[in-house]
Amino acid sequence: MKISREDVVRVAELAYLELSEAELENYRKQIDEILEYIGKLDELDTAKVEPMAQVLADDQTADATLREDVEVPCGLGGEILKQAPDPEPPYFRVPKVIER
Amino acid sequence: MTNWTIDGIRGGLAAKKVSARELAGEFYGRIAARNPELNAYLALSPERAHAQADKVDRLVAEGRPLPPLAGVPIAIKDVISTRGITTTCGSKILENYVPPYDATAVERLEAAGAVILGKTNCDEFAMGSSNENSAYGPVKNPVAPDRVPGGSSGGSAAVVAAGLAVASLGTDTGGSIRQPGALCGVPAMMGSYGRVSRYGLIAFASSLDRIGPLATNVRDIATMMQVIAGRDANDATSTTAPVPDYRAEIAKPVKGLRIGIPKEYFGAGMDAGVRKKIEAGIEIYKKLGCTLMDIRMPHTDYAIATYYIIATAEASSNLARYDGVRYGMRAESDSLLSMYRKTRGAGFGAEVKRRIVLGTYVLSAGYYDAYYLKGQKVRALIAQDFHEAFTKVDAILTPTSPVPAFKLGERTADPLQMYLADIYTVTGSLAGVPGISVPCGKIDGKLPVGLQIFGPAFGEARVLQLAQAFEQAGGATV
Repeated sequence: MKISREDVVRVAELAYLELSEAELENYRKQIDEILEYIGKLDELDTAKVEPMAQVLADDQTADATLREDVEVPCGLGGEILKQAPDPEPPYFRVPKVIER
Repeated sequence: MTNWTIDGIRGGLAAKKVSARELAGEFYGRIAARNPELNAYLALSPERAHAQADKVDRLVAEGRPLPPLAGVPIAIKDVISTRGITTTCGSKILENYVPPYDATAVERLEAAGAVILGKTNCDEFAMGSSNENSAYGPVKNPVAPDRVPGGSSGGSAAVVAAGLAVASLGTDTGGSIRQPGALCGVPAMMGSYGRVSRYGLIAFASSLDRIGPLATNVRDIATMMQVIAGRDANDATSTTAPVPDYRAEIAKPVKGLRIGIPKEYFGAGMDAGVRKKIEAGIEIYKKLGCTLMDIRMPHTDYAIATYYIIATAEASSNLARYDGVRYGMRAESDSLLSMYRKTRGAGFGAEVKRRIVLGTYVLSAGYYDAYYLKGQKVRALIAQDFHEAFTKVDAILTPTSPVPAFKLGERTADPLQMYLADIYTVTGSLAGVPGISVPCGKIDGKLPVGLQIFGPAFGEARVLQLAQAFEQAGGATV
């Protein structure tokens, strides 16, 4: 077994994801099977391989195309706030964060 | 029903045989008749479409030059932001989300005269290969309504195949443009990573996500690519590499080009009907005077495993933003953390939650090296396979999908089996190279097969040229 029920509970906690008992067991089983399949990567010796985080060549990366840090007005603040479930312009309101 | 093409519309407008307004009306009529069955559009934007059509008609009336997509009715996948048009990503968590701005690709299409008809259904956050992961129900394949259209851009492929749009935008992370293109029988292209701006594309896996076109013929794909490709200051990963004149490039002869056939893409697991059509497709290139060469791409078999590490890891990070605070739905609760958990638990569908759990796991302390780092290293080996192949050949030919469109519900119970549907497409996604799927006959005259052509990074012109030659030589009916 690659992944335990406790692992799934821990990971769901890290991801702020509420899962039902049925989901926990179902995902554990399915992810276990996927991790089993992923295990085939161990057949490859990658000790001397550099990890690839992105595909662009050096002269095409973000670093090569950095712009001047100039302030540009966005002007969408009002419209963006309208999308919030509980806006209190100019703020987003959330449930209580700090217990007294 | 007229089979409109981009050039056909241009001619029709210029000769005043049709107006952009009439054309939009005709397509909304078709949508009203067929969409209830297909479920391919999630939202329509007639006000915006008609305003744009009127603008095009004024250009015609004033005898002014027409931009390249003047009056062309186009559909946009629902993971791409459209100002003022509800954009759900096929998810309940964004049910009422209305973006305050347009994606750069959408902005460029409209600036080129395109008429945006509406938004197309897709797997939730583009995660899926059958469109069955949409919170708004699956799309039906227009050529066989008991079958899936492929995914995740199932709606974008279905609307083009059914004549409910002349072209569409899809997104491709592991095959999500090319595979539905193949299963619905329309050309579908993913440009190189960095070729088309991702600004306004709602992120799934940022190192893999790409926007690209689906259309009824290769020339229209070239026209669409021409409009959307190129550097955008709002996407630091969009490159400054010059955009060639694709419409001129596709007319060049393909005689003498070297085409690689990788043995690893023709193993067990491929449907016999697909194999027959692909072999017939390869014969066409021989007749066109191309040099066919057997090549090896030894890490192909590791691509799905690598992809499902990297894509889920990036997804778990990107989807952290859906927390019930700034947009989308919120499940009420008395504390902030509990609100996050409940919102995400109730708002995301099964496949998305499965991938968040897997992605968080492969990134978590103690597993990062074994999974995520390992995945990044094997990704380098897969990219190296392509790099080496392109020192010997100009392009690589493979099937797009191992199977034709499968029956609705046939694969939903087993996620791993569903993932294997992307076995021929994820390789190019990981390597960042461009790929196209072009129609390559139909099994028993019914189920479409797609032939995939890969080119080297920023070799879109070569890919399009080979696709055009194939189409012109009757590839669609082999």
